[in-house]
Formats: sequence, structure tokens, C-alpha cells
Amino acid sequence: MTGAALADPAALRDEVWRVAGAVTDPEIPVLSIADLGVLRDVRVADGRVEVLITPTYSGCPAMTMIALEIELALDKAGLGPVVVKTVLAPAWTTDFMSEDGRRKLKAYGIAPPAKTAGRRALFGVEVVDCPQCGSSDTAEIAPFGSTSCKSLWQCKACREPFDYFKCH
Amino acid sequence: MATTSITVRETPLVRYLLRRADDALILGHRLSEWCGHAPTMEEEMALANMGLDLLGQARSLYTYAAEVEGEGRTEDDFAYLRGERAYGNLLLVEQPNVDFARTMARQLFYSAFIDPYWRALMASPDATLSAIAAKAEKESAYHVRHCAEWLIRLGDGTAESHARAQAAVDGLWAFTGELFEADASEAGLIADGIVPDPDSLRAAWTATVSAVLAEATLKLPQAGWMQKGGRDGRHSEHLGPLLTELQYLQRTFPGATW
Repeated sequence: MTGAALADPAALRDEVWRVAGAVTDPEIPVLSIADLGVLRDVRVADGRVEVLITPTYSGCPAMTMIALEIELALDKAGLGPVVVKTVLAPAWTTDFMSEDGRRKLKAYGIAPPAKTAGRRALFGVEVVDCPQCGSSDTAEIAPFGSTSCKSLWQCKACREPFDYFKCH
Repeated sequence: MATTSITVRETPLVRYLLRRADDALILGHRLSEWCGHAPTMEEEMALANMGLDLLGQARSLYTYAAEVEGEGRTEDDFAYLRGERAYGNLLLVEQPNVDFARTMARQLFYSAFIDPYWRALMASPDATLSAIAAKAEKESAYHVRHCAEWLIRLGDGTAESHARAQAAVDGLWAFTGELFEADASEAGLIADGIVPDPDSLRAAWTATVSAVLAEATLKLPQAGWMQKGGRDGRHSEHLGPLLTELQYLQRTFPGATW
């Protein structure tokens, strides 16, 4: 990337998006923040670059780490310094996750979020397919898992326990 | 310069934000006290996860309060540098954990209120408030479900768990009236359509709590005298010790950073 190309705001924005978007979630390293939908926007004005990110959950402890990783990645690519801002609206939902992200998640052994879940029902039952053998004969072991965004399940067919990325 | 206490420049909106943030922070802190003591490993993670959600909600509200106040403060200043009388949380959320039944009953009383409350607040013309609410309501919906399931298991469980669950419901009941209160300061925001009237959530709250208690074979206490004062900084004896622990580091070493 040459200095002349970077002087073009549109090209600069694309390049920042590409580099920042490749930063991975520290807790689910197979997913980039672009896959997750955590990267919301890149704004370029008067040569100043702003990267907007949104948390998956209010208390997501990975946000500080992700912001730092973005600054580092852009600095390394010669695109820094940038300002990383957290935005809350529109509120993140699992629908922000890309199809590619869902595939990567499953390949990693985490069941991707269901598209339609009975979250509103007080005692709704979700059907989650086992990411290992594909069986839908699964049961929730614990509604809260190793991170805010996951719950713990077990497959009754292949007996493997697995994480489920909660529909949110 | 590092200081050990602050005086907030209050406006109705700042006061409102701090009260709601205090609810989330104090309840989240109570849940965090279970770390290392929960009845099962899964519940250890559940309590910590719910506490983390509440802490995140508190952070968003404090951060917005700092922005509205315009004195250059941060979320930490509000959390660490205000005394007990400046805290405006509900008496309900500062009540001690006692046992698992008491913790779940406290969570149900709060979550059954705050869940529809956040959804109502999403309609606020204040974009930041609406965004915070949109985020929080997804989390609170999950909390309602979790503590409802537990309360049903405890109430409809053994003689011991039933007795404890009923004692928990009865013991906390007098603190539920405050959920629906709004003082003159908040009434202005309600009249302007910025925030919902908490009293408008009474029917939704009662419906959820009644349904859960019935399923749990627990008796719904009769309406009676309700204790209030938390919103005005008049707290039970339990908040002081909690804040002592929460604020110890910043009070002892002002301005300390990791």
C-alpha cells in the first residue's frame, strides 16, 4: 500500500476494515471480529481513523483486549494511530454473525446459534444439533458456559459434550 | 489529583442513571460473592455469568452518567468514590445472599421487574438509554428463566428446600414495593417520555412472579407494608460492609491503577 493510495479515504477505509476485521476473538480464536459482527464501522475523516466495535454481551471482558488488538494490528500495518470506540446501538445479536463465521464455529466444535429460538418463552426448548455428529438428540447440561455467550450441551447420540453459542 | 470521594453534580437524568447503575452493580457484586461457594460447578459459572452481565450494564449506565454530568469523571469514580448515602440502589439488591434459595428469590424479584422494564425503556427517545436497554433486555430475559427454574426446583423439591424457598420469598417480600416507586425527580423524566413509569410494570411483574411461585408450590405473600428508602440513600445495614469491600482499594490507595 503506497502513501498515495492511503490518501484516498475510501481505500484507507477498506484497508483498515480488512486489517481490523481480521483480529480474532481472544476467547474463540477461530472467529474474526468481522465474522462475529463485532466490527461495526470504520470512519475516515480528515485523515483521522475511527474503528467502531460493539460488545456481544454488556459485560464481555474481551472488549478491552479486542480494542487493544485492533490498535496493535493497525499500527503494525502502518495504518495507526486510530481511535477505537465502543457503540451499543444497534444492539448486537447472533444474526450479525456471518455465514462463514457460523461454518467456522461448527468446524471448531461449537454449535452455532439457532436462527429462531424461543428465548421469549419462560421455559422455551431449543433444538441444537451436535457439531460433532450432527444429531439433534442433544440436551443442555448448563445454561451458562465458559464465556457469557455460550452454554454447555451434550450429545446423546455420540456422547460428546459441546459448547453452544447461545442465540441472543 | 487522586481523591477519595466525589460530590456528583446531579440532574434528574444523572440521578436516574446512577440509581439504575447502582442496582446492577450492587446485585452483580452480591452474585460475585458466590464465587468459590456455589452449590455446583455449573451454578458457580451461572452466578458469575449473571454477575458479569449486571456489571456490564452498570458500566454502560455509569459511563453515560459521566457523559451527561460533564465533569470529566469515569465509571470508576461513581462506583468507588461515593459513600453509602450517595448510593441510590434498591434495598432489595443489597440484601445478603444468606443461602441459595434467598439468592434465587432476590434474583427473580429483580429480574422479573427489570426484564420488561428494559424492553419499555427501548422506546426512549434518548438513543443511548435505548441502546443500553436493548443490550440489557437480552441478558435479563435469560436471568429470569434461570432463577425461575431454580425457584421451582427448590419450592417443589424436598421439605428442607421448600421451607427455605418459602422463607426466602417471605423474607424479601417487603423489599419488592420499592421496585415500582418513582420520586419527583424521576417523575419529570417519566412525564417527558424519557423513561417508563416503573409502576406500569407492576402487572407484568406480578404475572411472572405468581406463575413461578405457583409452579414452585410456594405461597405468594399477601400485599402488606413495604420498606423503602434505598433510592434516597437510606439503606439497610448490609450496604455499608459491601461497599467497604468493593471500594477498599481506591479508598486506601487513591488513584491506584493496575
